[in-house]
Amino acid sequence: MKNVIDRHKADKLGDSLFKGVSFFFAVSVIALMILIFAVLVKESWLSLKAFGFGFVYSSAWDPVAGDFGALPAIYGTIVSSIIAIVIAVPVSFGIAIFLTEMAPAWLRGPIGTAIELLASIPSIIYGMWGLFILAPILSEYVEPPLVEYLGFLPLFSGAPLGIGMLPAGFILAIMIIPFISSVTRDVIRMVPSILKESGYGVGATKWEVIWKIVIPFAKSGIIGAVILGLGRALGETMAVTFLIGNSHDISMNLLDPATSISATLANEFTEAVEDIYLSSLVELGLILFVITFVVLALAKLLIARFSYDGGRR
Amino acid sequence: MKKIIIAAALLTFVAGYAPVAMAEALINGAGATFPYPLYSKWAYEYNKKTGVKMNYQSIGSGGGIKQIKAKTVDFGASDAPLTTKDLNDSGLLQFPMAIGGVVPVINVKGIKAGDLKLTGEVLADIYLGTIKKWNDKRIADLNPGVALPDDTITVVHRSDGSGTTWIFTNYLDKVSKVWHDKAGFGTAVNWPAGVGGKGNEGVATYVKRIKNTIGYVEYAYALQNKLVHVKLQNREKNFVEPSIESFSAAALGADWKGTSGFAVVLTDQDGKGTWPISGATFIIVSKSPENCANAKAVLEFLDWSYENGGQMARSLDYVPMPKSVSDVMERAWAADIRCSGAPVWK
Repeated sequence: MKNVIDRHKADKLGDSLFKGVSFFFAVSVIALMILIFAVLVKESWLSLKAFGFGFVYSSAWDPVAGDFGALPAIYGTIVSSIIAIVIAVPVSFGIAIFLTEMAPAWLRGPIGTAIELLASIPSIIYGMWGLFILAPILSEYVEPPLVEYLGFLPLFSGAPLGIGMLPAGFILAIMIIPFISSVTRDVIRMVPSILKESGYGVGATKWEVIWKIVIPFAKSGIIGAVILGLGRALGETMAVTFLIGNSHDISMNLLDPATSISATLANEFTEAVEDIYLSSLVELGLILFVITFVVLALAKLLIARFSYDGGRR
Repeated sequence: MKKIIIAAALLTFVAGYAPVAMAEALINGAGATFPYPLYSKWAYEYNKKTGVKMNYQSIGSGGGIKQIKAKTVDFGASDAPLTTKDLNDSGLLQFPMAIGGVVPVINVKGIKAGDLKLTGEVLADIYLGTIKKWNDKRIADLNPGVALPDDTITVVHRSDGSGTTWIFTNYLDKVSKVWHDKAGFGTAVNWPAGVGGKGNEGVATYVKRIKNTIGYVEYAYALQNKLVHVKLQNREKNFVEPSIESFSAAALGADWKGTSGFAVVLTDQDGKGTWPISGATFIIVSKSPENCANAKAVLEFLDWSYENGGQMARSLDYVPMPKSVSDVMERAWAADIRCSGAPVWK
């Protein structure tokens, strides 16, 4: 009996120690985030002071004169990510639904593994592949018909270089499809089979079960998957740098070269000698930090709302 | 107890090896990417001869300059010369190690290397985007007999900051008033037109892959990638081919001794056979280094490279510095570099 009490006493000490340590680790994540934010603000102070809020909507980028603005980079970051999402979401849904609801069992393993392998390829490899393989294909076979048949739209009026906003969106789409589809697959898999079976039981078709039971049930998880993909697309660097064309211009035309925040950083950080130049680059990093933060916050809000709805029904 | 023994064993292990590691001389350098193949070749041969190890990190001129200012490396390297003011403010000395050339390259169907002739102004107007088509009258007038297509020119430039860009834009800035007003020169500029490729490889790849392009790369990259170069008109109105000879012609006429900080710029130089877009790559050292032994080792290595590195440089498509120039530099080492009061180089 005494032995047990002793053990509990010792456990109490261990418990509180463990609690303290794990609390410290948890808090250190927040501390780290605040520190990163603080350092970004400190290092970009020079440019924050020099350009003020105008930095965000100025499209100047003149390293010689020391005049900088973030708009082209912000525009490129957001537009290339939107293109990626528009292409990747339907494809990933198709993959996830096929894998969970339709594929024969012997096919699920190989396809699932292949997708997970795709997700683990380093982005520089995607960049090289994009530049050497994808860009020539796009400029030979994809962009010329776009210009010919959709050239009346301002979106597709340029020369088919194979390098620019659209190719960057394409490579991003290919990179985030594994993420979105594997998370979506896992979420759909968690739909209780009793729900699906009752659907079939009352005479619903496969299509009806998927659209009226599976998707609504998994909605919040699916949105989470898409946001995860969007988050990766916003910050992706090397593959975009290879394909976006790196030009600080804002053009409606998706075939024209553009730039993104991370591509600008990757390109210009090493040779930025002047203080104001370096400071402006750090401020770009700060803006990317804020954009990513806002996107994630929105995602949390969305997920909270949808799961609430799901619970009530 | 076991743990303590292991820890103690580890400690003695580390302590035992540290002095050995320190005994081997190691020089640290950082900076420009352009001379990296040359410096690592020299370092390799020098190490075989003397056992002195050099570690050169090609992190870019900007990073190299920052690190030598902070004295975290023994020498920095930059493709663009620092201004005299900058050198004096930070107590630095710079000197040229090798010369290279920047070459405009094109990808136009049916046009072979050296077929197309351009002048500085026409090149500037192409990069400004005012000459838009390959069969523009101003290009056609320079090239009678060359079949020029009625296609839009795609301009390719560097997307990253680079000494290559510094040399190229410095040339455009000298030959075109409009370029001077609109873009100026630097390691990165506000490009009026075109697509940006990362690194010499990036530009070379774009020019190879995309039709009707014009780009600019270091001479070695043009050779390695078998790109089609153009002939350029120099100051004396001659159209010249890029070659080691035409780059050295640019260096011969320069007044190294009389230029403060040795910040000689080799673009648009006089001389019949001069390639107009040439430039030197520089090493930067501190005038009052903290580590005297390393400072001396750096200068010994550079002296050896001036003496024996010429053939290695040529084999890698760099132009070595003429003896007359390296003598001037070594006199400057003796005069300007002091370590705790005593001259480092005698």
